[in-house]
Amino acid sequence: MSDNRLEIRNLHARIAGGETILKGVDLIVPSGEVHALMGPNGSGKSTLAKLMAGDPSYEVLDGDILIDGESVLELEPDERARAGLYLAFQYPVEVPGVSIANFLRLALNARREEGDEVGVMEFYAKLQRAVKALDWDESIIERNLHEGFSGGEKKRSEVLQLLVLEPRYAILDESDSGLDVDALKVVANGVNAARGPNFGALVITHYQRLLNYIVPDMVHVMSSGRVIESGPKELAMDLDAKGYDWIREKHGITASGDAVAHA
Amino acid sequence: MSDLRPINDHPDAAKLEGLDHTRQYDFQLAENYSYKSERGLNKRVIEKLSYMKNEPEWMLKFRLRAFEIAEKKGRPKWGPDLSHLNFDEIFFYIRPQDRKGTNSWDDVPEEVRETYKRLGIPEAEQKMLAGVGAQYESEMVYHSLKEEWEKQGVIFLDTETGLQEHPEIFKEHFATVVPPEDNYFAAVNSAVWSGGSFVYVPAGVEISVPLQAYFLINAQSMGQFERTLIIGEPGSKFHYIEGCTAPTYNSDSFHSGVIEIIVKDRANVRYSTIQNWSHNVYNLVTQRAIVGERASMGWLDGNLGSKVTMKYPSTYLLGEGAHGEVLSIAFATDGQHQDAGAKVIHAAPNTTSSVVSKSISKGTGRSSYRGLVQIHEGATNARSNVECDALLLDEHAMTDTYPYIEINEKTAHVGHEATVSKLNDEQIFYLMSRGLPEDAAMALIVRGFLDPVAKELPLEYAVELNRLIELEMEGSVG
Ligand SMILES: Nc1ncnc2c1ncn2[C@@H]1O[C@H](COP(=O)(O)OP(=O)(O)OP(=O)(O)O)[C@@H](O)[C@H]1O
Ligand SMILES: [Mg+2]
Repeated sequence: MSDNRLEIRNLHARIAGGETILKGVDLIVPSGEVHALMGPNGSGKSTLAKLMAGDPSYEVLDGDILIDGESVLELEPDERARAGLYLAFQYPVEVPGVSIANFLRLALNARREEGDEVGVMEFYAKLQRAVKALDWDESIIERNLHEGFSGGEKKRSEVLQLLVLEPRYAILDESDSGLDVDALKVVANGVNAARGPNFGALVITHYQRLLNYIVPDMVHVMSSGRVIESGPKELAMDLDAKGYDWIREKHGITASGDAVAHA
Repeated sequence: MSDLRPINDHPDAAKLEGLDHTRQYDFQLAENYSYKSERGLNKRVIEKLSYMKNEPEWMLKFRLRAFEIAEKKGRPKWGPDLSHLNFDEIFFYIRPQDRKGTNSWDDVPEEVRETYKRLGIPEAEQKMLAGVGAQYESEMVYHSLKEEWEKQGVIFLDTETGLQEHPEIFKEHFATVVPPEDNYFAAVNSAVWSGGSFVYVPAGVEISVPLQAYFLINAQSMGQFERTLIIGEPGSKFHYIEGCTAPTYNSDSFHSGVIEIIVKDRANVRYSTIQNWSHNVYNLVTQRAIVGERASMGWLDGNLGSKVTMKYPSTYLLGEGAHGEVLSIAFATDGQHQDAGAKVIHAAPNTTSSVVSKSISKGTGRSSYRGLVQIHEGATNARSNVECDALLLDEHAMTDTYPYIEINEKTAHVGHEATVSKLNDEQIFYLMSRGLPEDAAMALIVRGFLDPVAKELPLEYAVELNRLIELEMEGSVG
């Protein structure tokens, strides 16, 4: 049982052939828990998220990423997804001409054996439940993947996919940014609906506000490519009130460390 | 490329039909024809051919005249490289009974049969595609449809039978849209044509079920030099479909068809074709429609196979308020050159047209869009919009665009838009992160790219096209 978790061990990684971004990340999200990951712009949160999902534009230099005790470093992104991992992207791409319904059916079937494809009725019932949970109009499923979507609609689509694909571990990269208050509640409800003993999530956010709706079991703070502080949900409130400097100081890190790639 | 003259100076072009586009589809049947003409093109071959078809005198004369024209014209000096096309090695006529009966299903290579199976094509149809000459399963269906059509006065026959049974209608329209003088390959076709479809729909008759050339397989509708003649009388409405997304076997390496369509006033005609010839084939087709007052012509043209394809469906909007539409898909893989496009001539006021071309190049494939929009003086308020989008799947894949626009009328509105995109790594990663393997992710992006055109296809064709793209993408991941 203790193995049921998402784990990052001493992860060092760089942009393929380029600059090192992650400098020894350690992080554990046990199944059944929701953890928040916070940290200044440029500290490496999205890089970590994409590395976990297997983005080939980054290179692992050292360390490991494990799902339920098994290393996934050698797995392709699709294999990691089929192992139960899901990433809600900070910036979801557009894929013209591919409808959400069509795409999700393919994605669901990719997880199943040939010959055991999801039934059409079963699929639509599932999709409709998810659309409803997000308080969305049903016509959305016939629209092409993010083509012409507003920022908030893209975020909603990422959570819709999460509800349909039912991963065992989800990473939500700023799924709250760009959402109005009502949409924020809707998205939070969507994530809460997925909560359960067999679901673990890492919620990346800049705002305490989201954490009022998705109450985290733990909060981690990332800075300069490392997790420098972890604590209970109250840590997020401190950050909201005081910013990051006090933690950085505590760990002897300068603010420029996070923005180094922008320098 | 400076020697490329505008397409209207040359006729639309001819085509070669190559059946499929990936190497795994390429196959050959044993050569065991009991009769073939001698190799090469000459008067003797034409006389023999006409004699064997028991044709009227005028047709023989027409053929011989066309041969002289071809001799005089010579091959086009523009467009794709045709230097490997050697007429002296080609049989210009093979009797249909010889073409069929002697081939055996057992001769069709295992991997081709496997491809058919994976495409989910019924066995009877597989045999037909492989040129084995099996009866098409739906023949029964066809017979009841045919009775229905006959009651309405619709004629739907292979072209030879059309000539025999309806000599007057035939002679009145034949070669009026594409005369042999039009271009070299049209002249060659006129000299040696065999097979094709003859369609006549009387005034005011609307047919809801598409007329499928499949139904005419016994008449070798996909012959080497097929000649199709389609006539829509005033106010008629119908859809003609031929070809198939599945790789079609053909042992001939040169295919040059002529398709003539006459859309009379207020008629509405659609012609859809998807061709997937084997990699050895030069596919040079002339297809053209003339469109009357407030009539409408729609082309859907899919080119997947062949070594070289040159094909530019053209639409002459001759009557006031006539409308023309072209949807074109081209898929070029290793060693292939798809030179496709459209030609629209606005020769009357208030005519409208739209061209959407989607091309995909993979490996060392090259796809070219070659198009002409011409607005004649006096064709007031003509409107035309052309959109061509190219997708490159590999570093070495190529695409080019030759859009020619000639406007001789001040009131014309002509739009042209061209885009070139590459397969996007971020999109692939995104789709993979949802569980799709890389090849499936690529196939999905390609399908999405083609979607605006594919959704105009009849469902079974769209399904086959999708399957084909998936097959095409399989194993394309290093
Ligand atoms: N593909 C890339 N090319 C160039 N720089 C990159 C790339 N990916 C990440 N970086 C740089 O790495 C650093 C970390 O970026 P990352 O997106 O992980 O930050 P983040 O913590 O998610 O920030 P934010 O809160 O603004 O989303 C930044 O300086 C960024 O510019
Ligand atoms: Mg980020």
